[in-house]
Amino acid sequence: MSDETDVDADAEVEVDAETGVDGGADAADGAADAVDPEEVRHVADLARVDLADDDVDRFTEQFADILASFEALDEVPEVEREEELANVMRPDEEREGLTQDEALSNAPETEDGYFKGPRVS
Amino acid sequence: MATDYNAYVTAEPIEGAEEGPLAGKTVAVKDNISTEGVRTTCGSAMLDDYVPPYDATVVERLKEAGATIPGKTNMDEFGMGTTTETSAFGPVENPAAPGHVPGGSSGGSAAVVAAGDADMALGSDTGGSIRCPAAFCGVVGIKPTYGLVSRYGLVAYANSLEQIGPIAPSVEEAAELLEVIAGPDGRDATTRAPPNADAAGGDGHDLDYASAADGDVDGLDIGVPTELVAGADERVTDVFWDAIADLEERGASYHEVELPSVEYAVESYYVIAMSEASSNLARFDGVRYGQTGGYDGNWNETFAESRRKGFGDEVKRRVLLGTYALSAGYHDKYYAKAQDARAWIQQDFDEALAEADVLASPTMPVPPMALGESLDDPLTMYLADANTTPVNMANLPAISVPAGETEEGLPVGLQFVGPAFGERAIIRAGSALA
Repeated sequence: MSDETDVDADAEVEVDAETGVDGGADAADGAADAVDPEEVRHVADLARVDLADDDVDRFTEQFADILASFEALDEVPEVEREEELANVMRPDEEREGLTQDEALSNAPETEDGYFKGPRVS
Repeated sequence: MATDYNAYVTAEPIEGAEEGPLAGKTVAVKDNISTEGVRTTCGSAMLDDYVPPYDATVVERLKEAGATIPGKTNMDEFGMGTTTETSAFGPVENPAAPGHVPGGSSGGSAAVVAAGDADMALGSDTGGSIRCPAAFCGVVGIKPTYGLVSRYGLVAYANSLEQIGPIAPSVEEAAELLEVIAGPDGRDATTRAPPNADAAGGDGHDLDYASAADGDVDGLDIGVPTELVAGADERVTDVFWDAIADLEERGASYHEVELPSVEYAVESYYVIAMSEASSNLARFDGVRYGQTGGYDGNWNETFAESRRKGFGDEVKRRVLLGTYALSAGYHDKYYAKAQDARAWIQQDFDEALAEADVLASPTMPVPPMALGESLDDPLTMYLADANTTPVNMANLPAISVPAGETEEGLPVGLQFVGPAFGERAIIRAGSALA
């Protein structure tokens, strides 16, 4: 489960470093114009999706339309939220879970009872 | 036969208990709901050989209730679509309108019920994925109040929005199936007992919905949101107003209501759904399950390769747009504004439902599209969700019931929306029509 969070965390940190907070001010001027093939490639990289060249071209065009429609959200007023949230707790006790064999049963490759993954870097 | 219109991904029967409220009934299950020992693909090449080692809570409850599951139904990949054409296993054709889409994303589930190949079915609804195919196939579909039905074992797309719910030929049968699957589950902390559960039988597991399907609409006060009718195709609104007139003759009355926030529902829905999707689908890296990306490069390269092979276009589009919307510099512009819109939509519905028993609109603003018509234009497909997405944003229950047909014979659905945990109100209203 931990790599799930890792992928997300990476994505946030990298964008932060590269576009910085100032990117937000530019974005407000019209993100639709800002979509170019390089940006699509960059986001695909953050999302860990390898894209073919013709995918990039098609997505660049479609993202411009879709993001232009999202511009409408600028008109939404700030709304005070009344969330009725309550924590759901349970006793911290051992419970039955998947066996090791069950947990590994869908892995493309395993080794000595572990998942086999690629090199980290 | 279900195979003629490609409604099942896997047609492998799962037998339930010998006795129970659903004994002798077949209930098809959407292929994003986990079935122990029977593959669960989510309509994706990523999971084409994934076999869950456990049952979803709703599947456990179906089996305990005596239902037989005839198979796992085809769907838009990971629930991402409005037509059931984005499946890696090919599109589903609408048995009630040949040459047309069945609606999505639970298109296979609605199709097997419409064709009579299964008595009932389960779908999941993130932005209309039960109600849209129910409307397009001329059957009944219920999107329960958020938290009424356990999502344990449902492969997540956008967890703050989605619920599992029933599809059936009649409102009464849909309500019977809802009774079986509803109620709190210790394995899904977002479930809760309805406030009226005590009156209905204690822990919420004996909820009584079918008895509300009595067709009695005498005195029913219906609110009609003008925004959800104004944008709809005339062929649809003609059928809608005829159905409202029918209800009036039987003692119901209607008044128009305004929900200005719903003008922003589709856009804010897609920002939230794509953002949640980009996070939820990060788990598909080809290590624990799914298409392996090989072992040659480093993990960024092999994960990207796994996801290139495993995901179809619509899934890639939503994961990328969600990643974009959550990234630094854009988060406040898209995600935070979408959450404001969500709170505004909730307020609008609360106010409208304070002065009406239920709200009514066409389920879909258009009749079923021809097969292949909408695939190249994602934005147009998103806009078809205008009437269904506001309900998920507001966490409310809704039902789609057949209201009639267009002149060309295409099914039209009518949607009733009720207050939170007001399933009985929408079931009663719907049962007057189907």
